[in-house]
Amino acid sequence: MATTKNNTLKLKFDSARKYAPALESKSAATIDARYDLFINGKFEKPQSKKYFSTINPATEEKLSEIADANAADVDKAVKAARAASDKYWKKMPASERGKYIFRIARMIQERARELAVIETLDGGKPIRESRDFDVPTAANHFFYYAGWTDKLAYAFPGKDPQPLGVAGQIIPWNFPLLMAAWKIAPALATGNTVVLKPAENTSLTALKLAEIIREADLPPGVVNIITGAGSTGAAIVNHPDINKIAFTGSTDVGKIIQRAIAGTNKKATLELGGKAANIIFDDAPIDQAVEGVINGIFFNQGHVCCAGSRLYVQESVYKEVVRKLKDRLETLIVGDPMDKNTDIGAINSKEQLNTINKYLKIGQKEGAEMYQANVEIPSKGFFCRPTIFTNVAQSNRIAQEEIFGPVLTIQTFRTDDEVIEKANNTPYGLSAGVWTDKGSKIFNLTTKLRAGVVWANTFNQFDPTSPFGGYKESGYGREGGLHGLAPYLNLG
Amino acid sequence: MPEKIISYQPDFSQSPRVDQVGIIERASRFTKRSIKNETKMNGLLLALNMIDLTTLEGKDSEGKVKQMCYKAMHLHDAFEGLPTVAAVCVYPSMVKTAKLALGDSGVKVASVSTAFPSGQAPRDIKIRDTKFAVQQGADEIDMVISRGKFLEGEYNFVFDEIAAIKEACGNARLKVILETGELGTFDKVRKASDIAMHAGADFIKTSTGKISPAATMPVTLVMLEAIRDFYYKTGKMIGMKPAGGISKSKLALHYLVMLNETLGESWMNNQWFRFGASSLANDVLMQVMKAKTGVYQGKDYFAID
Repeated sequence: MATTKNNTLKLKFDSARKYAPALESKSAATIDARYDLFINGKFEKPQSKKYFSTINPATEEKLSEIADANAADVDKAVKAARAASDKYWKKMPASERGKYIFRIARMIQERARELAVIETLDGGKPIRESRDFDVPTAANHFFYYAGWTDKLAYAFPGKDPQPLGVAGQIIPWNFPLLMAAWKIAPALATGNTVVLKPAENTSLTALKLAEIIREADLPPGVVNIITGAGSTGAAIVNHPDINKIAFTGSTDVGKIIQRAIAGTNKKATLELGGKAANIIFDDAPIDQAVEGVINGIFFNQGHVCCAGSRLYVQESVYKEVVRKLKDRLETLIVGDPMDKNTDIGAINSKEQLNTINKYLKIGQKEGAEMYQANVEIPSKGFFCRPTIFTNVAQSNRIAQEEIFGPVLTIQTFRTDDEVIEKANNTPYGLSAGVWTDKGSKIFNLTTKLRAGVVWANTFNQFDPTSPFGGYKESGYGREGGLHGLAPYLNLG
Repeated sequence: MPEKIISYQPDFSQSPRVDQVGIIERASRFTKRSIKNETKMNGLLLALNMIDLTTLEGKDSEGKVKQMCYKAMHLHDAFEGLPTVAAVCVYPSMVKTAKLALGDSGVKVASVSTAFPSGQAPRDIKIRDTKFAVQQGADEIDMVISRGKFLEGEYNFVFDEIAAIKEACGNARLKVILETGELGTFDKVRKASDIAMHAGADFIKTSTGKISPAATMPVTLVMLEAIRDFYYKTGKMIGMKPAGGISKSKLALHYLVMLNETLGESWMNNQWFRFGASSLANDVLMQVMKAKTGVYQGKDYFAID
């Protein structure tokens, strides 16, 4: 028999998505009809008297009503945080502070199932991810930073680390509970008090965290969680009695914050957008690289600031990689996020879905070839088929701008220098991935790629001990690890 | 005559590399699939139908083999409509007995050969061993590769030996046991898979069951990916048989999920996939009866042959 040409063969995956439904139970979680602001250790009605709805993006059903904090509410929360800082938190022995943080970590573990269900209902991410990634990683962040509490002097030898005071923290909608943990845990460990605002689309798990913090019996005012949209965030940023702003979100808002705090004493860390390059060399473990690319771009529907959204493939393995990617797309299960078998859930909001669809049109108009998984998507709710674009050029908008959805662009390259140049040719610099079997090539690239995190032969790995943050328009400052302590300390 | 696959022998030093962390992560991802209701029932019945019911012991006797053959055809007669297993797997000396006992039931007889399990014998003896099993009526031959030669880098020796055994098999299908537990790395498993397929294997198989570790999901995934690449390269489908260490139905279902999502539905039958196992059948039967009756029955309700 003669060697058969590749393009006539195709594996059949029609049955791969036909698993019987395996739904997680909604009854694992209780969601109140209405949530108030968590200020000074108790839930208080907003002075604005306004509430907004939060919906389940997979069904478009209303889940709850959330208080809309105005500037007066923010002021109240900041005052509570300041008083808690002066009265309790700064004075408390560090080891005592650590006990509270350990307690929060354990309580997150105890209520893991409830938190996972709410995260999925409110944000649309697959329950598998909430259960196996978001919630356990959030608990791990509290555990990790709890351990640092009474060891700060060892983290910064020869210095006298002191807390800054009150931290204003604004977090995005893609990892609501995890981002709250990333922000709150190091702030508390370093002796700061907190005013945190979750994103307006996804406030519920932060409010559940407020319940946990209340039950953990933290002194009132040490953590305040207030809800609202952009104007609430602006009120935090502009409040004169805040010492530090920690923001994760879009580069546009990051720039506004940067302007707003210019000339003030406020410290800041900004963790902003990204357009990460994922680079496959011809000597890479191809099947694992393909899997890494899939996880890199389709994890959390691509709503990941460090998503590997630009794939660069060495020309000699380009056809093989594209074929394998297309095969893999056929086994991704898209649909009800509460189904334990779902790989790709709902897009977080209608606005975000519109943005993604806008870029799909732009990509086609630019002459790129669009390929989507051959999968039915639910008629209700906000869903997008996993999408790859081939025949993409560096000058295409889809290869330059952050789409923040399940959309991958694929470009080819010939030499190491060429791909380094292309990978760095972006205003962003949050993360990158390198796939090769050759160790020396890995070290060559990791030193030359202008990105805060470079993964080698893996992607989207997160650990509390590892610092995370960006170059260029991806922001500044590091979160996680020992490095994540410094932005919350006055090292005198 | 066996059909010739390709006219050249590839450079096996060029086998694709396998990343250990990545393959283990991917394999564990399949275990996250939640298999329920009718999918579970279909999977369990399919698993039963894919079993190579095995006895490979020095103390194997005609009596033991006959009893096992009956079990192969009558897994649990209290439940009507159960499939049979795919094959029984025995030593060459037991092939005739098994063939007679199985009659026209459709259950195949697989025989290990080539100085199983070590493979430490001269090639002419391995060929005679194989021809004897085929003459006795074996439908399938499970050979072992010469791991010592493989680890010495004598890839051509290993290739030629497999090709010679394939020729000795005649019409019997050839399963090539890599004994992955002795190869040490995923890279070597991948290379051995490529050699076996190019040399004429109809199936590649993980283990003899005599060495620990035997089959694992990551090692099986490496082999499935090799089969996938070989299929795209040549158009020829190769079967897969993980053997040893798969004794629980839940694990068997994980393997089927992995097969389903790696090679697709064309492989989801016992023509292309087998479980080499001796105690898996009863655990699957227990689950099948649980699904039917709603309650678990004690292990004494299931025959142990």
